[in-house]
Amino acid sequence: MHIDLRTVAIEPQRNTFDHLVRRFGDKPASRYQEGSYDIQATENLHYTPTWDPEQALYDTSITKIVLKDWYVLKDPRQFYYNTYTLTRARQQDTAESNFSFVESRGLGEMLPEELKSIALNVLIPLRHAAWGANMNNSFICGYGYGTVFTQACMYQAMDQLGIAQYLSRLGLLLGDTEALNAGKAAWLTGPAWQALRHYVEDCLVVRDPFELFVAQNVALDGLLYPLVYERIVDGFLSSKGGSAVAMLTQFMNDWFDETRKWVDAVMRTAAAESDQNREVLQAWTQKWSSRAAIALRPVVELALGTQAEETVSEEVASFNARMKKIGIDL
Amino acid sequence: MDTQVTKKKLGLKERYKLLTRDLGWETTFHTKDEVYPYVKYEGIKINDWDKWEDPFRLTMDAYWKYQAEKERKFYAIIDAHAQNNGHLNLTDARYLTAIKMFLQAISPGEYAASKGFARMGREFGGVGTQVACQMQALDEIRHAQTQIHAISNYNKYYNGFHAFSDSRDRIWYTSVPRSFFDDAMSAGPFEFMIAIGFSFEYVLTNLLFVPFMSGAAFNGDMATVTFGFSAQSDEARHMTLGLECIKFMLEQDPGNLPIVQRWIDKWFWRGMRILSLVGAMMDYMLPKRVMSWKEAFDIYGVENGGALFNDLARYGIKPPKGWDVAAGAIEHMSHQLFLGLYQWSFGTAFHGWIPSDDDMEWLSAKYPTTFDKYYRPRWEHIKKLEAEGTPFKNYGLAKLCQTCQLPTVFTEPGDPTMMCHRETEYKGEKYHFCSDGCQEIFEHEPEKYLQAWLPMPALFSELNGDIGAWMDWVGLKNGVDNGDYVGSQDQINFDKWRGMATSNKQS
Amino acid sequence: MSNVFIALQANEETRPIIEAIVMDNPQAVVKREPAMVKIDAPGRMVIHKETIEGLVGRAFDLQEMHIHLITLSGNVDETDNSLTLTWNN
Repeated sequence: MHIDLRTVAIEPQRNTFDHLVRRFGDKPASRYQEGSYDIQATENLHYTPTWDPEQALYDTSITKIVLKDWYVLKDPRQFYYNTYTLTRARQQDTAESNFSFVESRGLGEMLPEELKSIALNVLIPLRHAAWGANMNNSFICGYGYGTVFTQACMYQAMDQLGIAQYLSRLGLLLGDTEALNAGKAAWLTGPAWQALRHYVEDCLVVRDPFELFVAQNVALDGLLYPLVYERIVDGFLSSKGGSAVAMLTQFMNDWFDETRKWVDAVMRTAAAESDQNREVLQAWTQKWSSRAAIALRPVVELALGTQAEETVSEEVASFNARMKKIGIDL
Repeated sequence: MDTQVTKKKLGLKERYKLLTRDLGWETTFHTKDEVYPYVKYEGIKINDWDKWEDPFRLTMDAYWKYQAEKERKFYAIIDAHAQNNGHLNLTDARYLTAIKMFLQAISPGEYAASKGFARMGREFGGVGTQVACQMQALDEIRHAQTQIHAISNYNKYYNGFHAFSDSRDRIWYTSVPRSFFDDAMSAGPFEFMIAIGFSFEYVLTNLLFVPFMSGAAFNGDMATVTFGFSAQSDEARHMTLGLECIKFMLEQDPGNLPIVQRWIDKWFWRGMRILSLVGAMMDYMLPKRVMSWKEAFDIYGVENGGALFNDLARYGIKPPKGWDVAAGAIEHMSHQLFLGLYQWSFGTAFHGWIPSDDDMEWLSAKYPTTFDKYYRPRWEHIKKLEAEGTPFKNYGLAKLCQTCQLPTVFTEPGDPTMMCHRETEYKGEKYHFCSDGCQEIFEHEPEKYLQAWLPMPALFSELNGDIGAWMDWVGLKNGVDNGDYVGSQDQINFDKWRGMATSNKQS
Repeated sequence: MSNVFIALQANEETRPIIEAIVMDNPQAVVKREPAMVKIDAPGRMVIHKETIEGLVGRAFDLQEMHIHLITLSGNVDETDNSLTLTWNN
């Protein structure tokens, strides 16, 4: 028997789940709200961790940042798994056609040798820095509190893995496995890279999830992406005829534009909650961003030489302006 | 990956290595112990992380592409399901009991697994392992969210779903899965992998998802079939990760064997206890049944688990210690648990009911040596009490096992007429257990399990035994979410709406 | 010898994959269950990219299987050209 179910008008008994009614009022909830709010356990945790009996399984006190309700850290992109994955899949389509375009037209081979080697020297060691960012965001997701904050960190972690993989593909395309080997050697022992590697390794031992957020997503990314992808790749390399490289790093530019808005929202909200938070965030941002600027200068020099100092200063100034807008005075 | 972009022809494995584990390096500004502080204390020795074999080799670009395709399909189906009143296609609204339990008990576990794997994705010492764990962390967020989204539409029309976020931390029976996941997350990284990656994913999720989802398909629940099978497509990767991880530990150092074996014993038993809920779902809650719990266990437990443990025998691994006891209890566990759920249905955010005559015929055909002998007489007695107007209800509090937190409703191995109950005295306190397996788990780590939050004593200590206040606290609406299915709002509404759909009757 | 198995969603896209498995693994047994197809084989099962490509008439990436996979059992070995499931007993 065929039942035409659409013709039946029946009344819903309720709009949404109780916890969402309490937060947002008695109305239908969005999928972002359903998938993000109050889905982490909060009370009656059964056991303390054997790996650190001093902390609880989900613990707000392992960071210096204090929030009455961690679910205030809403992601302005409203990414939940579905919207995140679909967005990245679309960007991946573009990246894939860019790689094909560069490869099928032999644009890699047509790059002047000098530009190609600058591109490889600057970009390939960064795949290791991206892995560090991946680890750090996996940490923040794992130990941070509240799904609206932590899920976005997992997406960030996987994005950084994706970026490390795009950089690796770029290396393979322009310089084969030798380029990856040379990049790794430079990362491990090349003088231009040691300060940055030191920074990344220091991040790997930070165990306050919010400080790590500042060190990685605010300070390091906040300077590295504009310097490397805007100033060196899109600016310097493209102006010299190396725009093929910019095609291969388009993902990174688009990604930084998008994720910066989320990072700013997190910082703005946390700083706005209390003077104490603001002071902690300012101190962290100051400490890590000044280190990041110093660590990035020799990297920028690889491409811009004597222009590096000025370029870094400019980007530090615009980073400071960006921070000022969200309530962090440096 | 779509395009071959390399000049040297790299095989999948070599290429994947370059795109994952080659990203890491030996840190020099900090020691390994500082960067990975938790990998040693459990006693597992890893001599060479590079020996890790990547199970599936998905790079992020491929991950985004294929997962997006799954997501598009999934949301298209659940949108259509909601728009077309797909819930009226169900065989019967009592079927939703299984889905209520799923949302209350399993979906929060998916989320806990996501957090756990995010931690492991950071704590393990090799990039291959890290990346595999991170991908699983991402998948598990997906599972929690797709489940909530699929079930959201049922919540709009039926009771028992609305307070899942409150009941997760407070109601008595959700502390069964909650304590399971809390147990795994409070363990070190290697034990976590055995608990979730191996026991839960490899040995048990087949039993949780596959027959259960076939059951959903049989009962007209397209929303659940869709999230179930869509989640399972990720589980295939997770199971493979679990298996690789266990082989890796065993291959790394002979000293790891006894530690791993003890974890297998422990987590198999904890998993079987959770699965008793699935057994009750399959044998009692599906109006139209696809296979019995016992049949599912024969295929996915005995046959598949047997193959697995035969395979691991070359490392010296023996089948889990409680295997025979578990296999012997298969004929009983679903009946014992559903009888328990029926008598305590005043305290559950789902309905109980007495199986119909047809249901009992089916059960006796599927359990020829046990159902008629032990369980039919009890149901007949309960039916008689119901007919006489004195329904059999237990308003007392269930005694919960200190380890698995199920009520102690199970019987002695080999004697289905005798309730099984164990006690251990530790530091002057008595602790109660449902089985030898749970008692042994406690005795191995008493300091851990004495911390367990037991919901029943909490009712007294925090709410002075006030049942009404307790119901408010756990989000249970008395007379709406709980009690007997017959005469419930869910039954009345479903029948009315179906009537409207199949005839010209006006509401 | 223990069975390895793979279960796929029952839909149009998996039809040629199942057909390919049956062609390449003569001992495979196909069971059709609600909404899914489960294929068992004693000890070993190989899924060849080439066979599937012959049936679908286009390039097929074995990782496309992830979209339709429900579960599997056995040790997995994945290469560009094949996916193999084995039990070593």
